[in-house]
Amino acid sequence: MKVLIPDPLRSYTDERRQVEAGGATLAEVLADLDRRYPGIRFRMIDEQDAIRRHVRIFVNGGEVRALSVPLKDSDEVFIVQALSGG
Amino acid sequence: MKTAIRKPSGSRAATGPVALLVATRKGAFILKSDKARRAWKTVGPMFFGHTVHHMVLDPRDQRTLLVAARTGHLGPTIYRSTDFGKSWKEASKPPAFPKVPEGQKGRVVDHTFWLTPGHESEPKAWYAGTSPQGLFRSEDGGDTWAPVSGFNDNPMYQSWTGGEQDGTPDGPKMHSVIVDPRNARHLYIGMSSGGVFESADKGASWKPLNAGCRADFRPDPYPEYGHDPHCVRLHPLAPDILYQQNHCGIYRMDRRAGQWERIGDNMPKNVGDIGFPMVLHPRDPDTAWVFPMDGTAVWPRTSPGGKPAAYVTRNAGKTWKRLDAGLPRSQGWFTVKRQAMDADAREPLGLYFGTTGGDIWASTNEGAKWSCIARHLPEIYAVEAVAAAR
Repeated sequence: MKVLIPDPLRSYTDERRQVEAGGATLAEVLADLDRRYPGIRFRMIDEQDAIRRHVRIFVNGGEVRALSVPLKDSDEVFIVQALSGG
Repeated sequence: MKTAIRKPSGSRAATGPVALLVATRKGAFILKSDKARRAWKTVGPMFFGHTVHHMVLDPRDQRTLLVAARTGHLGPTIYRSTDFGKSWKEASKPPAFPKVPEGQKGRVVDHTFWLTPGHESEPKAWYAGTSPQGLFRSEDGGDTWAPVSGFNDNPMYQSWTGGEQDGTPDGPKMHSVIVDPRNARHLYIGMSSGGVFESADKGASWKPLNAGCRADFRPDPYPEYGHDPHCVRLHPLAPDILYQQNHCGIYRMDRRAGQWERIGDNMPKNVGDIGFPMVLHPRDPDTAWVFPMDGTAVWPRTSPGGKPAAYVTRNAGKTWKRLDAGLPRSQGWFTVKRQAMDADAREPLGLYFGTTGGDIWASTNEGAKWSCIARHLPEIYAVEAVAAAR
């Protein structure tokens, strides 16, 4: 399925904004993404499998908060980084 | 009487150019000197936009650099270079606490705060101290990291480390991870808060080492643990001699006695003995530098009276001398963080410190005269002085 990558994580995807990853759940898709682009997962998901505080993940436009959410190949995963900071 | 040193032959001074490994809130920089340490060239930023807490050279090969980094929004990681910063590779398994079963609250590494190369007999070993307090070890040059469970899962962990409210404004931290140069199994750590702890079995078990040290922010000012050491140093040639700049003063310990002595009581009363960094002379265990800050009232943590100065002792803390030549005479509100002051190995010794305002100051004569060698960098978290790569 299609996964959209935010600017701060594109150093992992050779600067590609859109990549492909597969899996039946968000957890599986993120694991596949990490196999293709090693290290990317830990920057957005912590060691307790929580989405980091300033990262948001949307599936087909709706925000998801659990990695167990089921996905299908036609879904679009949109990873967003919060704009706050200084 | 001067403190005896272990290995006089190891006390030879360096002669070549110096490099400063500078970690800042917005990336890392390397400042390289000429042989005279007069002209400096700034290289960087590297990891631009990352919060870099520490950049450390491996003294065992003089080529490998490790960098502890995160961004404001992305998780913490470690970058490694085996060619003195020309190229970098991310650690494949950065420090992380173990995942706990569903329904339990597990710890999460917010950032790696401190990096320490392992003992010279363990050429690929490194230690990392994190926020919140955690000790991690790598045995492959910093590529993969495993928790030191003898500390992280110790039944006393919660009591030793306290809660979130006991840490620094940027979170509670483990720092000052020290390996005894005589014995790879003998380790020290410092924690803000928690205190100084010691292990004789490579981290499998730990004991508090705070006797004689005040913690005057607690109901019992001399507790067994719960102190706030800001920076702990062990002398490489006299490894029974430890110094610390603590939240509650400057201390020295002869480990054989096991008691901290408040050598900061000998500082001028109008300056006090509060600060963050502590720097030792690599060839003289009786010489140490501090950079005092204002720890009165609401703790501004800036130079007392707006008049920045380092102080040196050359007799193990019996007397202190002010070193402010070249520094602002007034309206200089420096804060120098705990990793942001260091010495090179030259003769005479060079001293360096970075400020939260982004300036780097240097002295090529052990602090007798200071000059500013870089301005307008981001907020400086750490400065490590090393021999520049050839």
